[in-house]
Order: sequence, then structure tokens, then C-alpha cells
Amino acid sequence: MISINKKLALVTLTTLMLSACGGSSSGSNMMPVDMPDPMITYSYQVTVTNLTYAQPMSPIALILHNEGQLWTVGEMASAALENLAESGDNADVLAEAMVLSGQSGTGLLLPGMSEVIDVSYTFTDVNNAPMMFSLATMLVNTNDAFTGINALAINNLAIGESISLTTSSYDSGTEKNSELMATIPGPAGEGSGEGFNAERDDIDKVAMHSGIVSVDDGLMVSALTQAHRFDNPTLAVMVTRTE
Amino acid sequence: MNMLLLQAVKKTKKIKNTALLLSTALLLSTTAISQVQAQELDIKVTNLTQGIYFTPILIAAHDSETQLFKSGEIASAELQMMAEGGDISALSAMLTTADKAENPAMGLLAPATSTSAMLSTMDGNMYLSVVAMMLPTNDGFIGLNRWKIPSEAGTYSFTVNAYDAGTEANDEMITGGGAPGAAGIPAAPGMNAGTGGTGVTMTEDNTYVHIHRGNLGDDDLTAGKSDLDNTVHRWLNPVARITVTVN
Repeated sequence: MISINKKLALVTLTTLMLSACGGSSSGSNMMPVDMPDPMITYSYQVTVTNLTYAQPMSPIALILHNEGQLWTVGEMASAALENLAESGDNADVLAEAMVLSGQSGTGLLLPGMSEVIDVSYTFTDVNNAPMMFSLATMLVNTNDAFTGINALAINNLAIGESISLTTSSYDSGTEKNSELMATIPGPAGEGSGEGFNAERDDIDKVAMHSGIVSVDDGLMVSALTQAHRFDNPTLAVMVTRTE
Repeated sequence: MNMLLLQAVKKTKKIKNTALLLSTALLLSTTAISQVQAQELDIKVTNLTQGIYFTPILIAAHDSETQLFKSGEIASAELQMMAEGGDISALSAMLTTADKAENPAMGLLAPATSTSAMLSTMDGNMYLSVVAMMLPTNDGFIGLNRWKIPSEAGTYSFTVNAYDAGTEANDEMITGGGAPGAAGIPAAPGMNAGTGGTGVTMTEDNTYVHIHRGNLGDDDLTAGKSDLDNTVHRWLNPVARITVTVN
């Protein structure tokens, strides 16, 4: 499921060797100058495709980080993730303490659509390069389903290389999957659906999502139809390092 | 409890014997053992589902010939016992030369929880298989079939799908029936199932081991076709994550 393209690794290595030689030959004649630490920027271009039939994705949250995870199966969802998974609001996830750099998609990512989002991180200490990439978004015609990428290792990704993968869907465990119109924030809730509610009335652990039932498949009170059903995977994602 | 203690003692002895064997083998030849080397494994099983329990888990490292189940073939009587009633004893008894970890969760593995086991593998037991019944289902089980254990030290993680043993109609009626051939689901451990279902189906037309089509459930806990709750007891694959650390 993961493919890595390594064609530029050799080029980078050669460049490093050349610059090292140049430095040593002229070094003895140079006056000591108080230079500021050079700024280093790592940039990534992320292409996200919504693979579902009728589940718009809330604005995508992308983050670069060196520690932590956005979620762990079997553990309670953070308040930030709960908010994203119940309402689609990614602001709290993007403001998590572990975030080195975060970026939001421009709006809903509709079924069948792709979006290209750039995220960068600038730093001075060469040891502070971003090591992990995470992504999260809500399937908005659900109670609290989300999908994404959790702490993907990107520390070995050279410029020009990319990683492609597909994602499964999770249940934040913070809201019962009633599928009632009043609980669905997406279009299926017809504008009346509640988003975030701090009450946690489900198992209060993140697990994989069991899919929606729908009125067409035996849940008479559901505001969802057969069209809102989904299976894994729900997103295709390609992460390319561009700088 | 005593049985488990006894098994633990046996396991410790096995580790010592393996270590002795390994050091002897190392003296004899370093190249010959690279293909059949004994290994120390840590194996973690995570239940990824939101509402399904796993009955006692059987973890086995075995030779290339052994298979606990085969998709597209009729389930063995031993597999049927496990898939319909959660009883792993007969399957385990079949595995005379395998290294086994039985029931690491000491009972049920609840939704979104994990359990771990250590396994010392003997020479030649280079394939890993893991099975456990899923509750509440008629004859659903998690199945890892013959995964080649890497020789290189490291942590390997992958997911596992849900299978149907093909031995029992998926009537979704909680009758207590766990014996091979007895209709119905033994139990719904989450205590969130219903009664009074008339039965989703009375036949099992595909009698081969196959990927489970999932529970149907319904929204009436006192009537309807199913005793299961369609907002609680369904799942999508994968249903389990297995993380193997080769030490």
C-alpha cells in the first residue's frame, strides 16, 4: 500500500559532497563573521482524494510533528479530535501542542474530488526536521466518523520522493451512532444537525468504524440513506516532499 | 488457573531448551541456522472493532505445512468448534509441533482493547497463525493464516480480516448455541443485544471458509429478524491489528 520513489537520493548526496569540498578549500582565508543560523525549510505537497460515494469530508487538517499521535485505537479521543469527529471543525486539532506546522484544506472535500494542500515547516537546528505527518477529517454525514493518517514517518523522505497510501475510517467513540437527523452535521442533517457536544455517550475509546446503517438497511430512525454507506478505504493520499 | 500456571512453567522450560539448542546450533554452523533459527517474539493483538468481542485467542508459530484454516475449503471440525463456540482446545491439540500462546487475554478481548503474548519459537516454526471467534456472531472469527515470520529483528504490524467458517447459518439469534452444529449465537458479551428475532436466514449456502459478510442486525431489540443491534454489532474490515516484535 505504501510506495516510495527514491530517484533523487543520489543527487542529494552528490550535492552534499560538492558543497563540503568547496567549503574546505576556501575556509582558511575566511574572516570569522557572526552569521545568523541558516533557515531550513521542509515543504510537503499533499494530494487528498475522497473515495466515498456520498460522504463529504470536513476541511482536511494536515500537521507536521515530532511526537505524539492524533489518536490511538483503544484510548479516549482527545477533546480536539472529538470536536473534529463530531462537528468537522479542525481548529483545535491544528492548535494541538505537538503541532510544528499545520494547514487546513480550503473547505469541504466532496466525494470524488481531490485537493492539493501544501504544508511547510521552517527551522534553524538541523536536528529539528519534522519526522511525522498526520491528517484528519470527518465524514460529515455520520455521528462521529473520521479518517486520516496517524504519525506517518516522513523523516527519510528526500526531496522529490513521495509516499502514497489509502486510509481506513475510525469512530471517535464519543457520540452514539444514532444516525438521527439532529445529530448529523453534514448535508444529510439538512442543517438541523448538531456538531460538537462535550457529552460522551458511546464507548469513549477510538475504534475502527463499523459503517453507517441507513434507513434503507434497517434503521428506521436514520436520516442517512443507502447513498451514505461507505467501506474502507475512504481516502487516497499522496505526500510528496517538495523542499 | 492451575492449568494456566502449568502452561506458564512448561513455556519457561521450553525457552531454556530452545536457548540451549540455539547455542549448540551456533557452534555447529552459523549459515545453516539462518533459515530455521529459533526466535523470541512479542505478539500484540488489538481488537479494532467498536462492538465485537473476541473469545480466547489461539496464537501459533508452526511449520510451512500447517494451516489452521483455508479460504475456499470446508472448515475442519476443530475450526468449527472455535468459530461456533469459541473453543480453541481441539485446534490447539492438532498443533503438536507448534509453539503456542493460548488465551492471552484470559477470556474475552473487549472492543478497542489489546492483549499481548510472548512466544519462543522452535527451529522450523516460521509461520504465524492467529484465530479467535467473534461475538456476537454465529461462526465468525478473526483469522491470520500462515504469516511468514521475518528473520530480521524489528516490529511488524498488519491488520486482519473477519472470516465466516461456513458451518452455521447466520441467523443472528442469541440462543446460547455454541456447540458445533447447534444453531444460534452463544452470547452477546456487551449485554446490548435483543431477543425475539425470527432469524435472518436459516441456511448457510456457502459452506466454505469465506470472508464474513458482516452482521445485519436490526433496530428492534424485542422483535425483527435479528437479535443484534444494527448500530452496535456491525463491523467493516479490518477487525484486528497484530503487531509482532521479532527480538
